[in-house]
Amino acid sequence: MLYREAGQFKTTYSADMAIFPIRQDRIALYALLVFVFIGVPLLARFQIWPLGSDYMLRAILIPFLILSLAAIGVNILIGYCGQISLGSGAFMAIGAYSAYKFGTGIHIPLAWFGTEISIAPLPLIVSILLGGLMSAVVGILFGVPSLRIKGLYLAVATLAAQFFFDWVFLRVQWFTNYAPSGSVNAPELSIFGYLINSPIERYVLCLTFVTVFALIAKNLVRGNIGRQWMAIRDMDIAAELMGIRPLYAKLTAFAVSSFIVGVAGALWAFVYLGSWEPLAFNIDRSLQLLFMVIIGGLGSILGSFLGAAFILILPIMLDQIPHALGIPVGVETVSHLVFVVTGSLICYLLIVEPHGFARLWSITKERLRLWPYPY
Amino acid sequence: MVVFGQFLEVLIGGLLAGVLYSLVALGFVLIFKASGVFNFAQGAMVLVAGLALVRSLDFMVARGVPTWAAIVLGLLFAATVMAITAALVQRLVLGPLVNQDGLSLFMATIGITFILEGAGQMIFGSDVYPLSLFPTDAWFMFENAFPGGILVNKLDVWGGLIAGALVAGLAVFFQRTKTGRALRAVADDHAAAESVGIPITWIWFVVWLVAGLVALVAATVWGTKLGVQFSITFLALKALPVLIIGGFTSVPGAIVGGLIVGAGEKLAEAFLGQHIGGGIEYWFAYVLALAVLLVRPQGLFGERLIERI
Repeated sequence: MLYREAGQFKTTYSADMAIFPIRQDRIALYALLVFVFIGVPLLARFQIWPLGSDYMLRAILIPFLILSLAAIGVNILIGYCGQISLGSGAFMAIGAYSAYKFGTGIHIPLAWFGTEISIAPLPLIVSILLGGLMSAVVGILFGVPSLRIKGLYLAVATLAAQFFFDWVFLRVQWFTNYAPSGSVNAPELSIFGYLINSPIERYVLCLTFVTVFALIAKNLVRGNIGRQWMAIRDMDIAAELMGIRPLYAKLTAFAVSSFIVGVAGALWAFVYLGSWEPLAFNIDRSLQLLFMVIIGGLGSILGSFLGAAFILILPIMLDQIPHALGIPVGVETVSHLVFVVTGSLICYLLIVEPHGFARLWSITKERLRLWPYPY
Repeated sequence: MVVFGQFLEVLIGGLLAGVLYSLVALGFVLIFKASGVFNFAQGAMVLVAGLALVRSLDFMVARGVPTWAAIVLGLLFAATVMAITAALVQRLVLGPLVNQDGLSLFMATIGITFILEGAGQMIFGSDVYPLSLFPTDAWFMFENAFPGGILVNKLDVWGGLIAGALVAGLAVFFQRTKTGRALRAVADDHAAAESVGIPITWIWFVVWLVAGLVALVAATVWGTKLGVQFSITFLALKALPVLIIGGFTSVPGAIVGGLIVGAGEKLAEAFLGQHIGGGIEYWFAYVLALAVLLVRPQGLFGERLIERI
């Protein structure tokens, strides 16, 4: 009854093309933005339920935001352009380590030329964005095979990126500034001299990044380039015959996707982990991102958020349930149980709704428009 | 001569290790050929088969069953476990997912991987269980031709023999038996096979069963090599480049791919690794696969894809 667009007339082209053409959607979005930008920090500041302790921000909201951002990146590549990638973890790692190098200063001794390249430590935001840029460059490089190979062959080819960079960051000491243990600490997070320390500030930083990039991504996929990606996804030969350049479309998808994934990787390392080693970005991370995208819904920005929430929160919930019910089970059994339940739920969701949560959401919306008189 | 001897030793070791990769890759090929499903769960199946075998063996040996009987019964038990797994996978997951696209099916097999890993370890335990079905000591060859001879692992030789027997057996099964022919028909065209009366659900069960048995064979060899443990599931990741190089749809391709990967990997590690830092085994196979793909997108033996609009 409330959710109905009757009487909302669009009088201009731009009104017709708005991201959220329905007024109720816009209002809901503004309300959500106000809540997450102002409400959540306030709740956390005054420690009101459910943000009574740091735990909620630190262990759930911040990783959720960062992984959603990564999932948006992966979704652009897999969901919109149809190029399956199992190497997203590697691109997160590239973003993280490049941002680390830019943030701590770069020295490349070029003894042969009798000189050296050295860049002073860059500010936080710049180094995170440069990390994304490096990731985009490498993404284009590893996107080149996609011009010749397709589908599952491509998926395995992207695994090459995953394993290669796992090894690079483990073995090439230059990337870790010759840290003896192989794990590195993020430089302190300061923006224009303002030091970001508390979970609330970290949360707002992540939220800003996620909001900006989600908006950019949403607009990209609605525009010319996004349509090219989708044409390539649906049938690349037909798209090529219609005048879409596969080279350009596929490589831009790889570039944009790896840029966003790289930024997410830098945030993951800097803001969430603080200190990390290459293991944080291994093949499991890639699979996790793939799950988020599939469960959330391929080709949907909203789906990336839903998928990230589901995959992140499910194991935490499963961990808590036996405690809450007072059933004594061993830690090991619980971790095995988490595996079994996660696997079963993934299979179940794929069977029940192969198009993911995003489809469920749009079905609900359709129902809501007709509710309570379905005719 | 010393370098050549070392080269030969590394080459032989690599080729034999490659055959072991092929054992895992074979399971992938079988399922992909017959149902178009890219089965990520093959590594987990090796783990479950190995756990079922080694735990039942330990159980029976501890109760005084003679070793040969324990081995036979253990193999039977593990085979039964794989049959149950195949039936459940077919009935509960793949059946309802008929006609979905390849990506959904692939994701479903990742789900199956999680279930198998969790359930297998919950039921059979999650330690490292040593398995000793084959001799593992080394063996020196050509001692008069090269100083020190060439060291060959007996287990690897056994692995090679078993892989050969397995491929021969599978070839006979595919070419000569009625079920084998039905399998090939299903692989060609699901709908056409169904319309001439081939029961497709039964065929898929058989395929998963055969893949499970191949996993069991792989588990006996790999279990002896590494001990039956969780990390055995990563074999699936080792087998993927083998598949890429050989082509997803070719049984001989899996063998040849395995040989190329095994030899290339070990040679690269021995002769290249020391110059650019060790551990390049970890990714070398993948980069090799990438190079092959750029030249032949369908792998060396894969069927050429013809695309129409």
